[in-house]
Amino acid sequence: MSVALELHDVRKSFGRTQIINGVNLTVGKSERHAIIGPNGAGKSTLFNLISGRFPLSSGSIVLDGQDITNSAPNDINRRGLARSFQITNIFAKMSVFENVRCALLWSSGHRYSFWHRMGFLSGVNERAQEIVERIGLARRRDRLAGVLSYAEQRALEIGITIAGGAEVILLDEPTAGMSHSETADAVELIRTVTQGKTLVMVEHDMGVIFGLADRISVLVYGKVLATGTPAQIRANPAVREAYLGAVAE
Amino acid sequence: MKADTSALRMPLPAVPDTRFALGRQVATWGLVAAVMIVLPMLFTQGFSLSMLSQMGIAVIFALSYNMLLGQTGMLSFGHAVHFGLGSFVCAHALNRIGAGEFGLPVTLIPLVGGFAGLAFGIVFGYVTTKRSGTPFAMISLGIAEMVAASALMFPGFFGGEGGITTNRVLGDPVMGVSYGPQIEVYYLIAGWCLACMIAMFALTQTPLGRMANAVRDNAERVRFVGYNPTRVRYWMFCLASFFAGIAGGLATINYEIVTAETLGLMASGNVLVMAFVGGVGHFFGPVIGAVLVSFLQSALSTYTKAWLLYFGLFFVMMVLFAPGGIASLFAVHGAPLRHGLFRRLIPGYLLSGVCLLVMVLGFVALVEMLYHVEQGADMGTEFDLFGLHIDVTGAASWLAAGAVFIAGLVLFVLTLPVIRRAWTHVHGELQARDAA
Ligand SMILES: Nc1ncnc2c1ncn2[C@@H]1O[C@H](COP(=O)(O)OP(=O)(O)OP(=O)(O)O)[C@@H](O)[C@H]1O
Ligand SMILES: [Mg+2]
Repeated sequence: MSVALELHDVRKSFGRTQIINGVNLTVGKSERHAIIGPNGAGKSTLFNLISGRFPLSSGSIVLDGQDITNSAPNDINRRGLARSFQITNIFAKMSVFENVRCALLWSSGHRYSFWHRMGFLSGVNERAQEIVERIGLARRRDRLAGVLSYAEQRALEIGITIAGGAEVILLDEPTAGMSHSETADAVELIRTVTQGKTLVMVEHDMGVIFGLADRISVLVYGKVLATGTPAQIRANPAVREAYLGAVAE
Repeated sequence: MKADTSALRMPLPAVPDTRFALGRQVATWGLVAAVMIVLPMLFTQGFSLSMLSQMGIAVIFALSYNMLLGQTGMLSFGHAVHFGLGSFVCAHALNRIGAGEFGLPVTLIPLVGGFAGLAFGIVFGYVTTKRSGTPFAMISLGIAEMVAASALMFPGFFGGEGGITTNRVLGDPVMGVSYGPQIEVYYLIAGWCLACMIAMFALTQTPLGRMANAVRDNAERVRFVGYNPTRVRYWMFCLASFFAGIAGGLATINYEIVTAETLGLMASGNVLVMAFVGGVGHFFGPVIGAVLVSFLQSALSTYTKAWLLYFGLFFVMMVLFAPGGIASLFAVHGAPLRHGLFRRLIPGYLLSGVCLLVMVLGFVALVEMLYHVEQGADMGTEFDLFGLHIDVTGAASWLAAGAVFIAGLVLFVLTLPVIRRAWTHVHGELQARDAA
């Protein structure tokens, strides 16, 4: 199994409080890897470190064999890593279609061009349309993203994340706050759009995790307590004690 | 990271997506061109012609400003720097051409201004666009101050208090055009104005233009889809400076004199007002603003010395009650018009409109009377206003004006619910039809 993403002894402090205390993590290519842990364990912070939002205090991160430690977010994205946000982070005053189109523009190679007309970039427009359909928002295509329902905005958040065709995708609590049926839809969506890609996902919903993940890492107080297959994690006594408790029963 | 525009509570909708509406665009620009050609035939006095020329320059300038504010969310207090520097460079270029040092048709002088604006944009933009939001606004202000100060420190280039004079008529007429008569200058400005409008509109439809909107909406997210928001801002800043420089070059040709005022803070504030009054959320908003503000400034100033006060009040009212500018006032009526519901709104508008007019008349009377009291020695104590004779020494005029103002104000406030009810009805109808 070749490696997509590696974290070596990653640490992060905010002021004097250390939030991430030496995380080592290896995610294989095309693996679906879930990160679970109690509130405040540092899961989102870990994503912020991997995606370049915050600088590391120490340690290193390797994406597809290349060191991306402390690279700019846009550089990391161009190397094939895209992320979603726990708190919906979209272009609220632009249409759904426009949101997706902006998200895939860089990967289409048009960079900062001011000599191409968007209307004539048929490859870009077709791909944007295809993604809008895949995330189930075809009927909302020309609506402003800001007026969508919560679940629709979460779907758009995923659409923006996958639009650029990144090989490694980080999703931060994609189903949080959704109803049962919405969650089921979201899981199906995540399954199809990450087909053949590497997925790292923070999630609280055990049903979602055990249904989607190939492997699970448990993060507690900024340290990885255990990593393994869903069955191994379920059977791990330390995990049961520290976190899962009755949930896995 | 929030764009500073949010601080002003401006609604900033995206430029509407005009995919393959090429035919419609050609028709729109054809119409604009036709209007530009016909206008000087309708308004033939010299006064109108110079005002039209001034408007054409203002349109380019205001649109270029909106590339920063409306499209990228950068509130600049120093955009006139690029207009003014472009202007000065063009004045020197014209003088050099006149002295026979090099040759360039006057028609292309605005391009010199454009490249001068661009060059300074590359320098100043590198510093300013590293920041966004309030820091950007502050740095732009600092640079504007700095340039304005250097204008006084380097009289060789800026000509000191008197500025730089020049002559747009150079050598023999080319194909019968000498740019001596104002009408020829007007058509030169109109031609450049149309070209710049089309270019700036086309820019909104490019990858850079779209990412500028994305940076305005959510610069943080832009970083996670592969773009560097600083780069986007920098590119937009440079291009906006280019167009500002073109406008500056046209101003040089038009007035044949450039003073340090053209690059000062007043000028930067003025273009902000134009874009804002017109509406920064719509491409054509600044066009409306530039035309209206140019008109008001010229027209009001011929009627009253208190024009700046009226103008300032007008701006404050716009910011308070129509923060999306005039363009947004048009835009909100689009849906009612399409669905034939506009009729419902007319009675309320007429009613409140009349009351508003009464209020304004009373207000203007009061202001003018105050002005005459203050300046009594120069202006006398009696004057005519709206066909009425007013004597500021008597109580009757004061009472009448005050009564008119207060009556207008009260009636206006009382009639507002009529408009509100009509809108509630229209919204309900629209929603019902939307659901159907
Ligand atoms: N920018 C920051 N500055 C200071 N402290 C921060 C910052 N970001 C996160 N923290 C702190 O780090 C800790 C971990 O936060 P984080 O958001 O990573 O937790 P999480 O595991 O994602 O939790 P949740 O399940 O609630 O999303 C929290 O105590 C939080 O207050
Ligand atoms: Mg979190």
